[in-house]
Amino acid sequence: MSVALDVVTIVAVSGGAFFFLAGTIGLLRFPDTLTRLHALTKADNLGLGLIVLGLLPQAASVRDGLKLLAVWFLVLLAGATVSQLIARVARQDGPPG
Amino acid sequence: MTIATTYEVLLAVMVLGLAVWIVAARETFAAAEGFVAYGLLLPLIWVRLGSVDVALAEAAIGGGLGGVLLLSAAARLRSTEMAVAAARPGRTLHLTAAIFSAIVALSLVAVVLFLPEPAPTLAPTAVENSAATGLGNPVTNVLMAFRAMDTLLEKVVLLLALVGIWSLAPEQLWGGRPGPRHEADPRGVLAFLARLLCPLGIVIGLYVLWAGADYPGGAFQGGTILAAMWLLVMMAGLTDAPEIIRRWVRLTLVAGPGVFLVVGLGGLLLGNAFLAYPAAYAKPLIVAIEIAMTLTVAATLGLLMAGPPERRV
Amino acid sequence: MTEFFTGALGFILVMLALSLVRVLRGPNDADRMMAAQLIGTGGIAALLLLGAVTDLPAAVDVALTIALLATFASIAMVKKGSPRLDGVGQDSTEGP
Repeated sequence: MSVALDVVTIVAVSGGAFFFLAGTIGLLRFPDTLTRLHALTKADNLGLGLIVLGLLPQAASVRDGLKLLAVWFLVLLAGATVSQLIARVARQDGPPG
Repeated sequence: MTIATTYEVLLAVMVLGLAVWIVAARETFAAAEGFVAYGLLLPLIWVRLGSVDVALAEAAIGGGLGGVLLLSAAARLRSTEMAVAAARPGRTLHLTAAIFSAIVALSLVAVVLFLPEPAPTLAPTAVENSAATGLGNPVTNVLMAFRAMDTLLEKVVLLLALVGIWSLAPEQLWGGRPGPRHEADPRGVLAFLARLLCPLGIVIGLYVLWAGADYPGGAFQGGTILAAMWLLVMMAGLTDAPEIIRRWVRLTLVAGPGVFLVVGLGGLLLGNAFLAYPAAYAKPLIVAIEIAMTLTVAATLGLLMAGPPERRV
Repeated sequence: MTEFFTGALGFILVMLALSLVRVLRGPNDADRMMAAQLIGTGGIAALLLLGAVTDLPAAVDVALTIALLATFASIAMVKKGSPRLDGVGQDSTEGP
């Protein structure tokens, strides 16, 4: 059983790391602020979610697992809304550049 | 070089590089933005060193409130920055400042690296005596029992800082509301975020306070999180800053040091020394003081960030 | 498992470092405002892995705190110190 859990952890955390890689490549290569913002919020949040999913089987207790899920939920909520606000500032600052 | 050492070196290089960037940044507002990132990155180093309580405080104060304080200051200066850009300090001044900073940094490095092995510390003694209060977290023990005097005086210092900021108000505005009235669309994104995030934040702040008894946490970190949530609600325009002349504001500000002082004097009268807790009631007394201190820290830090009174209504 | 987490942690830190360089270099304010959000996701991922590596379950509490305060700092940055959120006003309910 614990071997199966370890496999889940390794797969999920690796997937999370991959999405972080994708997000970082996007951040480095995309041409303007809005697209970079997109890479940051979508890819990095998904990467964090997969890492949280991977750490869940290793959590010491149900409460620790719930705390991990709470972290992910908070980051999702914050990321979704704050990215809207940052996008507004970006639109104001001028044409994409 | 093991994998572990590699990531530690990487972390150190990141933080140092960020610090250099902040100093070298051309615009003050950009430097303040970098400082926020710095304050939020430093907790990783504290956790690596095993000091989770300090990591909590760094994340809350250094990254959150400290960074935002610098941001507001930089924002206020922004309009005048172009005008004073011509009067930037000359190269000699920059060089002197750099040399002095380098001397201080190198002295600190020398002190830390050349400590005798094992370094002189009271930590084992503090851990041994934790049974005195029944609290599981040795940091809270030191803060609230062994060095309680320092904690009490720190809260008084916070209060004095607040009074100092209030004294910047012009005479006719004394007792008014700090800061401008923030406005935002009540159906917009910011108000939505504030409405959803703040109850969660309050629960987390209270949790950090409660967990401080046996796990990393405590009144200061919890109070800072509460202050940040209060400021968030004010920034979203959902509530207004209170008039600082109101009685409930004043009472909340002195509640923490007040309760601390009363318990301390009680220890003097009923026990053997100022701030001596009677053995049987140590834990409930400490918890009561911590709850009062959390409210005070939240109110004080929130009002510190809001600034001096700027309007009457 | 610990070695795997340490490797993942190192990888995330490298990603974070590269992203941070790009974000802070950005020509606009809006680019730099993403720094707090970046640490809010990347830094928290690194912190959770660090907590697993060093066996400190309380690292999750630090992650919660960073999540909250990074959001708070982001909003303070976006408002740029002004009492009105620039550009909100009437058009916040328009759009697709």
